[in-house]
Amino acid sequence: MTTKLFGEPVRRREDARLITGRGRYLDDIGAGALAAAFVRSPHAHARITGIDVDAALDVEGLVAIYTYEDLTGPLAEPLPVLIPHPQLHAPRTGYPLANGEVNHVGEPVVMVVATDRYVAEDACDRIVVSYEELPAVVGVDAARAAEHAVHEEIPGNVAARHHQETGDVEPALAASPHTLSFTQYIERSACMPLEGKGVHARWDPDDSSLRVHTSTQASTSVRAAIAAKLELSLDAVEVVAPDVGGGFGVKIVHPWPEELLVPMAAIALGREVKWAEDRREHFISSAHERQQRQEITVGYDDEGRVTALDVHIWHDNGAYTPYGIIVPIVTATQLVGPYDLPVYRVVVESVYTNTVIVTPYRGAGRPQGCYAMERTMDRIADALGLDRAVVRERNLIRPDQFPYDHRLTFQDGRPVIYDSGDYPGLLTKLKDLVGWDAVEERRRDAERRGKLLGAGMALYVEGTGPGPYEGGHVQVLGSGKVLVSTGLTSQGQGHETVFAQIVASELGVPIEDVEVTTGDTRRFGYAVGTFASRAAVMSGNAVALAARGVRAKALRIAADALEVDPQDLEIDEGVVQVKGTPGASIPLRTVAVLSNPLRYAFDEAARQATQFAGPADDSRPPVAEGDAPGLEHRDYYSPVRSTFASGAHAAVVEIDPATWEIDVVTYAVVHDCGNVVNPMIVEGQVHGGVAQGVGGALYERMAYDADGQLQNASFMDFLMPYASEVPDVVIDHQETPSPLNPLGIKGAGEAGVIPGTAAIASALEDATGRRIAAMPLSPTQLYDLVRDETTERTAQAARRTGVPA
Amino acid sequence: MTTSVDAERTITVTVNGVPRQATVPVRRLLSDALRHDLGLTGTHVGCEHGVCGACTVLVDGAPVRSCLLLAVQVDGASVTTVEGLAREDQQGGQVLHPVQEAFRECHALQCGFCTPGFLVTIAAGLEARDADGPITDEEVEEIVGGNLCRCTGYANIKKAVHHADAAMRDAR
Repeated sequence: MTTKLFGEPVRRREDARLITGRGRYLDDIGAGALAAAFVRSPHAHARITGIDVDAALDVEGLVAIYTYEDLTGPLAEPLPVLIPHPQLHAPRTGYPLANGEVNHVGEPVVMVVATDRYVAEDACDRIVVSYEELPAVVGVDAARAAEHAVHEEIPGNVAARHHQETGDVEPALAASPHTLSFTQYIERSACMPLEGKGVHARWDPDDSSLRVHTSTQASTSVRAAIAAKLELSLDAVEVVAPDVGGGFGVKIVHPWPEELLVPMAAIALGREVKWAEDRREHFISSAHERQQRQEITVGYDDEGRVTALDVHIWHDNGAYTPYGIIVPIVTATQLVGPYDLPVYRVVVESVYTNTVIVTPYRGAGRPQGCYAMERTMDRIADALGLDRAVVRERNLIRPDQFPYDHRLTFQDGRPVIYDSGDYPGLLTKLKDLVGWDAVEERRRDAERRGKLLGAGMALYVEGTGPGPYEGGHVQVLGSGKVLVSTGLTSQGQGHETVFAQIVASELGVPIEDVEVTTGDTRRFGYAVGTFASRAAVMSGNAVALAARGVRAKALRIAADALEVDPQDLEIDEGVVQVKGTPGASIPLRTVAVLSNPLRYAFDEAARQATQFAGPADDSRPPVAEGDAPGLEHRDYYSPVRSTFASGAHAAVVEIDPATWEIDVVTYAVVHDCGNVVNPMIVEGQVHGGVAQGVGGALYERMAYDADGQLQNASFMDFLMPYASEVPDVVIDHQETPSPLNPLGIKGAGEAGVIPGTAAIASALEDATGRRIAAMPLSPTQLYDLVRDETTERTAQAARRTGVPA
Repeated sequence: MTTSVDAERTITVTVNGVPRQATVPVRRLLSDALRHDLGLTGTHVGCEHGVCGACTVLVDGAPVRSCLLLAVQVDGASVTTVEGLAREDQQGGQVLHPVQEAFRECHALQCGFCTPGFLVTIAAGLEARDADGPITDEEVEEIVGGNLCRCTGYANIKKAVHHADAAMRDAR
C-alpha cells in the first residue's frame, strides 16, 4: 500500500510560491487596470443633501464618477439579506452607493475611477458631499435605550429577537436551591486580515464575458450575486479567489458593494478596473464583531450542578443585517458548551447601531457564548467555594451520552446534536497540562516576587462543518497528473496540501502528482464557502468521495485490461496492480488514457495505452451506457448535520501591581477535532486562534466615540498582538472521530480563538479577587477596577484573606 | 520653489542586484514603485503607515518600511526585496535563503501576506548578527517583534528563526 499521507505533518505545497514573492494576491493582478477609490461617509448618521463633483472633473486622469443616481436595475436596490430568518423581523441592508442616507462612518457614497489610485484619491478629495447630520446611536446600551433610531421606521432599534428554550425555565429557577444573576459585557474586535478586501474585473466585449478576481471566502456566491445584480447570464461570469491574505470571516460577506461596483465600471468603461481596500477603509467600512451585553440567571444545587439557565443578550449588529442573525444564533446555541443543562432559555435581541456592520469574525458568536457559560461556571464555583474545575466536571456531558441532543436549532436550521466527544477527558488532560493542582504553589511563588498570579480555564464545543454541501472533482490525466478541484476558497489554511493528502491517500498516488485548485468558478461551480471550520469536513470529504469514484472506475478499466477481478486490484504509487502478484500491473496514467476511446497518439502515454486496449466488441457502443469518457469523478458531500469539535484552554496570568501590566505566563490547550488530516496545520490553526483570543481578551477593542467616530482606525491605535504579546502555547490532543462523515473529521479553523476571553477573564479574577465583568481588559482598566472601592470582590478573595467580601 | 505632486523624476536603483530605472511621480511611495512600476509584487502593503512591516525591504542592507519612503528617496541606493532573497546556483536553479527554507520547514506562514516582510527582516537580522553561539529567544523576539502576523500566532515564526540561525551558523 502507498504510504498513507492522511494524518502526516506534510509540508505545505503552497509555500514554495509564497516564500519567494510569487504569490498572486488581488492587488498583484491587473497591472494596467484603472483604479477605483471611494468617497465614504464621514458621519455616523446623516442625510445626504447634495453631491458636488464639479471640482473633481478637471483632475487629469479622471475616468468616471459614479453616485447612487448612476445605478440601474437590481443594482439600485438594497443589497441582499443573505440569510433571512423568521425571527429577523426588521432586516435592513445598505445600497452599493448610499441612497440619500448614511448609517455609519465609512459607508460608500461616491466611486471614482481614474488612471491610478493616487489620481482617483485626488478626485475623491475634491468631491463635496453635503450632509444633514442625524443623532448617532452607538453601543449596545444606547441602541437598547432607543432614545434615537438608526432606521427611522424601526423605533426600538431591534432587528431580531432570537429565542430558544428547552423547557420551562421559570419554575426550574424557582425550584433551584441557589440562583445568581449577573450582567457582563464583551467588546468589539475585528478580523483584520493583513490583506484587506479587493476586486479586479475584466470585461471581454468580444464574447460579453466578465472575469472577476476578488479576495473572498465565497467565490461561487459572489459570481451568482454579480450575475443577478448586473443582469448577466451566470455562464458569462467567472469569479476567482486568488491567493487571499487572510479572511477570518470578513470576506465571507458578499456581495460587498465594491464586488458589484468594480465589475459594473469595468463593463461600462470597457477597461480593467481594480480596487484594493486600504487599511482605514477596512476599519470603517468592512465588518466587526463581538459586542454583547449578557444578562444571565442560573439556578444550581449544593454540588454546583446547574438546574436552569436563563440568558438574555443584547447583540450589536451595526447599521445593517446583510448576514442575517447568524452570530446571535451561534451565540445562543453554542453557549451551552460541553454541559448537560436540564433547562435552558435564551433570548438574543439583535440591535442596530450607527457603526460598521457586524458579521462573523473567527468564532462567530462562539467566544461570546463561551464567555457567558464559562463565567457562569466560575460564579457558581465562587459562590459555593468549590474548585472551578470540579464545578465544570460535575456538569459535563458524559462520554456515554452521545449522541447528545441539546434540543436547540443550530445556524444551519438543523438540530444541535453532538456527534461524539470526551469532555471529562479534555478536562483531565487540561489540568495535567497546565498544572491546575499546583496553581496555589505558583501563586505563592509569584507573591514572593511581588506579582499577582491567577489561573483560569474555559471549555467549549464548536459546531463545525455545517452544510448544506461541498463538492469535489478529481481527474487523472494521461500524464499521470491528478487534478483536484473544489469550489470553496482558501485564505491560508493549507487546503492545497490537505486536500492533496486526502486524494493521494484515497487514490494511492504520490502527492507530487496531485494539483489542487480551490475557489475558482471556472473549475468548480457549486460551493458554499470557507467559514465555520467547515473546509476540511466538507470539501475534505467531498474530494475523498470523488477520489473513491475515480478509484472504482480505474479498477474497473484496469480489471478489463488485465482480465482480472477488480477486487483483486490495488493502486500503489500510481500503479494499478494485482494484489500479491508482482508484474501484473498497469500505470494509472495508462488507465486514464484507456478511459477515453478516442485516442489520438499525441503523446507517449497514448501510444503506450494501445498495448492494453482489448479487441473492440462490435455489439457494444464504445462508451458504455451509463459510462463517460475520461478517468474523472465529481461528487458531493452533504451532511445530515454539523460535527462538533471541542476543546479546553487554561491561562495563567501574572500581574505587576506597580504597572498593572498583564503577562500571560502559561497558556494550555487541549484540542479535539476528530481525525486529524495534518497535525502541523491543525497546530498552526490553534496557535493563530489563541493569538486572536489573547488579542481579544487583553488588547483589541473598537473605540467608537459617542458620535460614532472610530477613534482607533489604524494599526497604530488598534492593538493587534505582536510576537511579544502572544504567550507560548502548550498543546495536547484528543481524537474522538466524527461518526457523521467518511473521514471521521471535525473542523479546526475557529477553535483556538473561542475560549480565550473567558479563560483570561477567569485568570484575572483569580489573580485580583475582583469581579471581571467586562472584556477586554487593559492594564489601565484593571488598575481602575482594583482601586475602585465599589468593585465587587470575589468570595474566593475573601476566603483567601479571611476578610468577608 | 515647490514641486507639483505631478512632477516626475527618473531614478536609478539597484534592485535585487540589477540596476533598474523608473520614471515616477515624486509622491510615489517606494512600496508602490516596487509593486506597480517595477512589477515586484512580492512586497506587500498591509497598513500604509509603517506599523505592520509587511512592506519591509532592505535598503543598502538595512530593513526599512517601503510604505514610509518615497521612491525618489532611494535614487542611487540598493534595494533587496523578497524576490531577491534566493540566489541562483551554477546550473541556473534557485537556492532558497535559509530563512525561506526555515519558514517552509517550520510552517511559519499561513496566508503568506505578511511573510515577505518577515523574511527580509529576519534575513537582515541574522546576517547582521555577530555573536557566535545559537540565537537566544530574546534576540529572536527582538528581530521579529516589529512585524504583524494575523495567522500564525508567531510560534512557528520564532521557531523558524532558530532553525535558520542554526543553518546559517552551520554554513559559516
